[in-house]
Amino acid sequence: MTAIIILGILAILAIVIVQIGKLSELRSKIMGEEDINYQNYDLTGKLLILFMIGFLVYCILSAYYYKNWMLGYGPHESASIHGKSIDSMFNITLLFTGIVFFVTQILLFWYAYKYRSQKGRKAIYFPGSTKLELIWSIIPSIVLVILVARGLIAWNDIMADVKPSDNAIEIEATAFQFAWNIRYGGPDGLIGTKNYKKISATNPLGQDWTDVKNLDDFNADDIVLPVNRKVRVRITSKDVLHNFYLPQFRVKMDAVPGLPTYFVFTPTKTTEDYRDELRKYKEYQAPTDATDPKSEPLWKSFEYELACAELCGKGHYSMRRRVRIVSEQEYATWAAGQKSTYLSTIRNTDEDPFKGQVLDVEVKQRRADFFSEVDKIIKTDSLIGKQSIKLNHLQFESGNDKLTPDSKYELDNLIELMGTNSKMTVELAGHTDNVGDAKANLELSNKRAAAVKDYLVNRGIEGGRLKAIGYGQLKPIATNDTEEGRKTNRRTELRILTK
Amino acid sequence: MAEVQEQIRSLPDVDKLIKEAGFDDHFHELHEGDKYQSGFFSKYIFSMDHKIIARQFLITGMIWAVIGGLMSLVFRLQLGFPAENFSWLKPILGKWITISDAGTGSITPEFYYAMVTMHGTIIVFFVLTAGLSGTFSNLLIPLQVGARDMASPFLNMLSYWFFFLSGVVMLFSLFLSTGPFSGGWTAYPPLSGLPQASDGSGTGMTMWLVSLTLFVVSVLLGGINYVTTVLNLRTKGMTMWKLPMTIWAFLVTAILGILSFPVLVSGFLLMFFDRGFGTSFYLSEIFIGGKALDFAGGSPILYQHLFWFLGHPEVYIIILPAMGIVSEVLSVNSRRPIFGYRFMVYSILAIGFLSFIVWAHHMFMSGVNPFISNFFVIFTLIIAVPSAVKVFNWMTTLYGGNIRLNTQALFGIGFVSMFISGGLTGIFLGNSAIDVQQHDTYFVVAHFHIVMGVAAMFGMFAGVYNWFPKMFGRFMNDTLGKIHFWGTIIGAYAIFWPMHYIGMAGVPRRYYKFDTFQAFGHFATINKFMTIAAFVVFACQVVFIINFFYSIWKGRKATSRNPYHANTLEWTTETIVPGHGNWEGNIPVVHRWPYDYNKDDREYIPQYVPMSPDEKDESH
Repeated sequence: MTAIIILGILAILAIVIVQIGKLSELRSKIMGEEDINYQNYDLTGKLLILFMIGFLVYCILSAYYYKNWMLGYGPHESASIHGKSIDSMFNITLLFTGIVFFVTQILLFWYAYKYRSQKGRKAIYFPGSTKLELIWSIIPSIVLVILVARGLIAWNDIMADVKPSDNAIEIEATAFQFAWNIRYGGPDGLIGTKNYKKISATNPLGQDWTDVKNLDDFNADDIVLPVNRKVRVRITSKDVLHNFYLPQFRVKMDAVPGLPTYFVFTPTKTTEDYRDELRKYKEYQAPTDATDPKSEPLWKSFEYELACAELCGKGHYSMRRRVRIVSEQEYATWAAGQKSTYLSTIRNTDEDPFKGQVLDVEVKQRRADFFSEVDKIIKTDSLIGKQSIKLNHLQFESGNDKLTPDSKYELDNLIELMGTNSKMTVELAGHTDNVGDAKANLELSNKRAAAVKDYLVNRGIEGGRLKAIGYGQLKPIATNDTEEGRKTNRRTELRILTK
Repeated sequence: MAEVQEQIRSLPDVDKLIKEAGFDDHFHELHEGDKYQSGFFSKYIFSMDHKIIARQFLITGMIWAVIGGLMSLVFRLQLGFPAENFSWLKPILGKWITISDAGTGSITPEFYYAMVTMHGTIIVFFVLTAGLSGTFSNLLIPLQVGARDMASPFLNMLSYWFFFLSGVVMLFSLFLSTGPFSGGWTAYPPLSGLPQASDGSGTGMTMWLVSLTLFVVSVLLGGINYVTTVLNLRTKGMTMWKLPMTIWAFLVTAILGILSFPVLVSGFLLMFFDRGFGTSFYLSEIFIGGKALDFAGGSPILYQHLFWFLGHPEVYIIILPAMGIVSEVLSVNSRRPIFGYRFMVYSILAIGFLSFIVWAHHMFMSGVNPFISNFFVIFTLIIAVPSAVKVFNWMTTLYGGNIRLNTQALFGIGFVSMFISGGLTGIFLGNSAIDVQQHDTYFVVAHFHIVMGVAAMFGMFAGVYNWFPKMFGRFMNDTLGKIHFWGTIIGAYAIFWPMHYIGMAGVPRRYYKFDTFQAFGHFATINKFMTIAAFVVFACQVVFIINFFYSIWKGRKATSRNPYHANTLEWTTETIVPGHGNWEGNIPVVHRWPYDYNKDDREYIPQYVPMSPDEKDESH
């Protein structure tokens, strides 16, 4: 039924259009073609002027209305160093083209009106002028030389790669349908190699775990960067073309599978700074959720964003990542709190080429953990003599008192502790689980504590500062009903007796 | 007008002059019982007559324009009203509309991207290449150079039918269950190369490639004909410097096509290999659909080079014929010679040449070596100089004229206005530093729609209104034409002007919706406005279509052979709509350039009128 109504309306419209046509033909027949033509030209000429005025006013008013969205104006100021040169190039070009735009549009429509055909008018004969042609070739050429020169200087500056002296941070952005993976180099600052053939559920980037640079790399949900520090983004893709686009930073570069690209930029405004800027503008004082006037104002919920700007399939419009620009300090704290992908998901699984070996990073980490616990106790007098430190990485061979080779690192920490605190006395306590004979366990724990002491004495620590004691199975700290618990109970503890 | 009538009387009688002083090529003795015109099929379907082929190109182009335009309405609906209930489209679009549990119908992203892709492909290739250059090169080249037909009428016929076939393949691809190709009209691999990457990259992409390969065959067959005809079949006296601007434009267009389209086909061929035979021209190190593929060593950027080696000349293939048509229409209707004829020709040649060495300006941000971009920036911005020369010359052509502000003149003026607006934004985008921010934003969409979409359409409309009497022996209605013009120019600026601001704000093109991002979600109102404007513009095209078809049969009859008092040869044919062979007797001989308007006391002096001894020949 609706279809019939729509068809009916369309048919009526068509008839109306045809009738307008017929009417105009009839009118010119009655009034004489010549006169009606002059009348038409007159009206049309006036309409052209009217259109021109309307159009140019529309251009000016709309530009005024959207001024805060123009590059380099108001809240739409670039948040990176190179972005300023892009904005200024844009505005210089806008100035030149704006002048040309207004002059040519006005002349075009003015001529069309002024020289409309009128009774008795005769057109002039003026087929060309080399002088004029030269004028309007050379003037645009000069303007273009200025634009090209400035443009290319800016361009080569923007595209320059980092130098070692820049102290730049390198991060890697890997695009895939339809999201991003952001990788940081970790404490060593270096991004490890990867190979797309190694990609798996546990290794989404195909990182090559035999490359030690990979071991401390971490993946982040947000792109977090310190303000005023050069960043080199290595941009790669797993599947199709994508584009790494940070609108506020004037950063844009395709992500190409098989061909890593890069973009270097320096953020100049922290997220907080940018919010403060936005706060001044009315459009950002509106509530974030239009239906809830009490929701946060837009400036407060503002975030920098990473978007995709190269068509990559049906989810192209949804590849968002948050970007946070923070102070150098905040960045350091944040980075220190990130756990390496390798250590959190790969370490000691079957994929780990270093399974069963102790890695340098781990040695460092263990040392750091150990001393942070020690520090806590030393700084609080009430804990001295009370609190024990569990020496997690001190292990014995099963059933006897022989230290495993990997225990060396924990023992080194103990030697360092006793060496730097020359008056410290400590108790070394052995514990076992409840498997087997309690008496035998007590004996074993005694022997094990003594083995640790012997090791330290051999390495030059005064025996009198070390008290070795075994508690057997008497002091479990976890249940002995599970293997996990028993493992926890088989332990050596360090108790600081005096500073 | 009375004076004009007076002058016409002082012009020699065309028929008499051609009969006495024309060139006799014994056409009718050689074409006794003309085999080209014998039956309905050979006359109207498999016709080898360039004028019928022109009409075939035009009407096929119009059908594609309607299809391409409707597609744009579909994706504009999504952009303007993303939350609206589109379940009413379900009966037409079927599974491409998904109905939520709440009963709200929405356009699927796959379909949105398919529409965006098809809109671009169809308008660029089928409408603005075949529909514009195909129509007017065919109609005007033989008529204006004084030839009986194209150099090879048979290849010319094949050219249309390859185009038709290409259209059939593309049309069928719309009805695939996986949908037509949806990876953008530029079809960048790997998205286009891997069926796993997108539904449309399967059979849809295969058909897209087949269709466009057929299309290239059509362009080449047509182009070879156009070039040969212009170079070899000019009538006696028609030196190159006596050719109308239209012919110069069509000639350069055809040369661009012949030189650039084969490169596209080579690009497609490598794509076929990658898709079908496991080669790695464009593909490398890809992990998709949970699998690492074996492709290694290819470069997606290679495809971009091959594509844009066509793609950039292609935009001039689109705009040059429009420029030629507008030059002619503005000159005839302002009763003045085209200003700076030789400079207009030189600028066309310069633009044609430069168009081959600027292609990588589409690829500044694609990962090509940034050093290379320096050259492309320089060459790209140099194009602004010949373009500026053309604009100033058009304006000066109007200066001091006696302008008949009919529909075709309006579209000519509208073309210049659009070309200025869209051309100037090219200066932003051609500068790679600015392109860092503006690349692939709505600023680009605004730029190319205004400068080569709307402007080229305006050129096409100017041509249709102007040469309609030559095609059908009747005039299109001028009042309806003006309604069409005003609706279109106001509507087109309403659609595309605000896109500049959205682009400056950084909103990327080809987004299905904008609310995922804070930065892009500020423009809901203006998006609605643009969508409504798009509907208005489309409605104005309905006025054109009705006017067009109504006028074919019922329009005001053209009674005089040369209704516009134009100088070019197409207005000298003995009948208003010429039959096969164009002139019944001799071919007119040319004595002067085509722009002798108001040169002396004669208001116009057609090309076949011999020079008086004291006259200055402008073509020398």
